[in-house]
Amino acid sequence: MAMKNTQMRGAIRTALLEEMRRDDRVFVMGEEVGKWNGTHRVTEGFYQEFGARRVKDTPISEAAIIGAAVGAAMNGLRPVPEIMTVNFAFVAFDAIVNSMAKIHYMFNGQFKVPMVLRWASGWGMQATATHSHTPEVIFAHFPGMYVAMPSTPLDAYGMLKAAIRDDNPVIFSESIALYPLIGQIPDDNLDFTIPIGKSDVKREGKHVTLVAYARGVHWALDAAKELAKEGVECEVIDLRWLRPLDLEPVYASFKKTNRCVIVEEALPMYNVGAEIATRIQEDLFDYMDAPIKRVSSADVPLPYSKNIELMALPDVHKVIAAIREVL
Amino acid sequence: MALTKDDLLRMYHEIVLIRRFEERSKDLYVAKEIGGVYLHLANGQEGVIVGSIHALNETDHVITAYRDHGHAIVRGVDPKYVMAEMYGKATGTGGGKGGSMHIASGAHRFWGGYAIVGAHLPLATGIALASQYRGDNEVVLCFIGDGASNNGYFHEALNMSAIWNLPVVWLIENNFYGMGTSVEESAGNPVLIDRAKSYNMHAFPRVDGQNTLEVYDVVSQAAEYARTTGPVLLEVMTYRYLGHGVSDRLYDSETRKEEMSRFKDRDPMDVMAEYIRTQGYADIDETFNQIHAQVEEQVEASIEFARQSPEPTVEDLYRHIYVEQ
Repeated sequence: MAMKNTQMRGAIRTALLEEMRRDDRVFVMGEEVGKWNGTHRVTEGFYQEFGARRVKDTPISEAAIIGAAVGAAMNGLRPVPEIMTVNFAFVAFDAIVNSMAKIHYMFNGQFKVPMVLRWASGWGMQATATHSHTPEVIFAHFPGMYVAMPSTPLDAYGMLKAAIRDDNPVIFSESIALYPLIGQIPDDNLDFTIPIGKSDVKREGKHVTLVAYARGVHWALDAAKELAKEGVECEVIDLRWLRPLDLEPVYASFKKTNRCVIVEEALPMYNVGAEIATRIQEDLFDYMDAPIKRVSSADVPLPYSKNIELMALPDVHKVIAAIREVL
Repeated sequence: MALTKDDLLRMYHEIVLIRRFEERSKDLYVAKEIGGVYLHLANGQEGVIVGSIHALNETDHVITAYRDHGHAIVRGVDPKYVMAEMYGKATGTGGGKGGSMHIASGAHRFWGGYAIVGAHLPLATGIALASQYRGDNEVVLCFIGDGASNNGYFHEALNMSAIWNLPVVWLIENNFYGMGTSVEESAGNPVLIDRAKSYNMHAFPRVDGQNTLEVYDVVSQAAEYARTTGPVLLEVMTYRYLGHGVSDRLYDSETRKEEMSRFKDRDPMDVMAEYIRTQGYADIDETFNQIHAQVEEQVEASIEFARQSPEPTVEDLYRHIYVEQ
C-alpha cells in the first residue's frame, strides 16, 4: 500500500474529504467550518470544493448543531457536525445523550441516526479550566453511541472513515495536542478503514501491560522506550474506541504480564482506568500479581499558570513511576 | 382546497376519537393498567391537532412533544398500537420501549413525541434540512408547547431554520400553562407569536384552536409558504382540560375553573359539529351518533388489543441499542 506523510489534522481532513466525495449524503456543519476553513483547519478548502449546501457555517448554537444533525441523520443524510472544542458540547449535553444516543432504541429501531460528531478535546495549553476538558468517558457512559479517540494519523484516518460509513451515531474526539503529529496514511486506498471497536497493540512486551488511548498512548510509548533501557518490556495497548470497549488484547496481555497501568488524560474519578481495573479484577483475579495503577490528570480544574498546569497533567515520568510501583 | 363532507366528518371523527381515547387512557392510568410516572392528555386540544395535521401532504413530516397520542392517531397510526405502547406491550409503536411520551411511526412520517422540553425543535430543523438538501419539497410541522418557547432550543432551532430558509411550520400550542406556571409568569412578552420578529420569520395572527377549520385554513397557508419560501411561526390558542399530567396539583384552582368553562363553552367538538350542521347534510344527528358509536368500539378494541398483546422479552431489552448491520 502506497503511503504518504501527513499531520493528524491532515489525516482527519483527508478521510472526511474522501468520504464527502464518495457519498453526497455526507455533509459538515459547525462554527467556522466553511469560509474560515475550520478553526483547526480540518475542513480547509471544503467550502471552495463543496459550497454552502454541504459545508454549513452555523451560528453559535451547539444544541441546534447537534440536534439538527440528529434530525438530518434520521431523515436520510449522514451529517458530520463539528463542535469547535468539546468544552462547548456541554451546552448540548441533552442533544447528545437524550437525542443522538437514544432515538434508535426508544422508537424500537424505527429511526437510524448515522452521524459522526467531531470535536477537539484536551488540555495543556494554558487554556484554563473551562477550555481544558478531556471528558470522553462521560459520553462513553451512555449506550447507543460509539466513542472514538485516536492516537495516530493512520488510526484517525481509518477510524473516521469507518465511523462515517457506520449507521450508528459516533463521537469522534480529536486530541488538540495531537493535531500536528506526523504519520503516514494510505495514498491511494479510498476504502481503507479501521474497524469500530478494535483495540490495537502499539508495542509488544512481557513485563507490564500499559493500557491507553489518544495522548495517553504517547506517554505510555515514551515510558516503554525509557524502561526498555533497563530491560523492562512494556506492552502498550491503544484502546482507540472507548465504546465499544475491546478488552480482548488487554486480557491477553494481562495474562502474560500479570500487571497493568492505565494511562489517560482524563480526570481520575470514574475514568476509563477505573472501568478497566474493575473488569480485570472481576475477570482475571487469579492472574493479578500487583495492584492495578492509574495515571491521569490531577483531580483539579485546570489552572492557567504554566507551572501548576503542567503539575496537573500526566507525563512520562508519572507513567514510569507508576510502572515501577507494580513491577 | 375546499373540504368535502367526507373530510369534515373525518375530522369530526378524529376529534371524538382523540377525546375518547384520552378519557379511557386516564381511566386506565388511574386503574394502573397503564404504567409510568406521567400521562399527558390532550383533551381540549383536539382542534389544533386535527386541523393542522389535515393541512399536510402525506409526504410531509410531523414531530411533537410528549402530549402525542392524538398527533399519532390523526397522522394515521391505528389507535391500538398507541394504546399497546402505553401498556408497554411488544406490539406498541415503540415495542413497549418508549411509552406514552415517545409514540412514533416512521411509516407515517410521524417522527415522534419527545419528552425533554424543546429537544425535538432542532430535530425538526434537521429533518427539514435533509428535505431541502435533497430538494424533496416536503414540509415539517413541529408542535411546540408554550413552555418550550422559553428554553434555548427554541431560539437556536428557529434561528437556524430562518437563516437557511428551511421548510418548517413552527406551531406553538399555547394552552396557557407550562406545567403549573402560566405564560404571563414565564414570558417577558406573553404574546408568543411576536417572537417571529426576532428571526424575521413569516407569521400569522394568533389562531383560535377551538376552531378546527380555522386551524386547518391557517396551517394550509403556512405549509404552502414553508414549501415555497421558508419557515413560519404560528401560535394557536387552546386549553388542556385535564391539566399538565394526570397528577397536576393545580388544575382544580378557581382561575383554572373559570378559564376552563370559557374554553368548554367553545369546545372543539361542538364548534366542529355546529359548522357541519350549517352545511345542511341530511340525517346529520344520526351520522354523529354513528361516529360516536364507532369511536367507542375503536377505543375499546384498542384496549382489548393492548391487553391481549405480549410483553417485550429480554431479547427486546437488548435489541436496537445499536443498528443491526
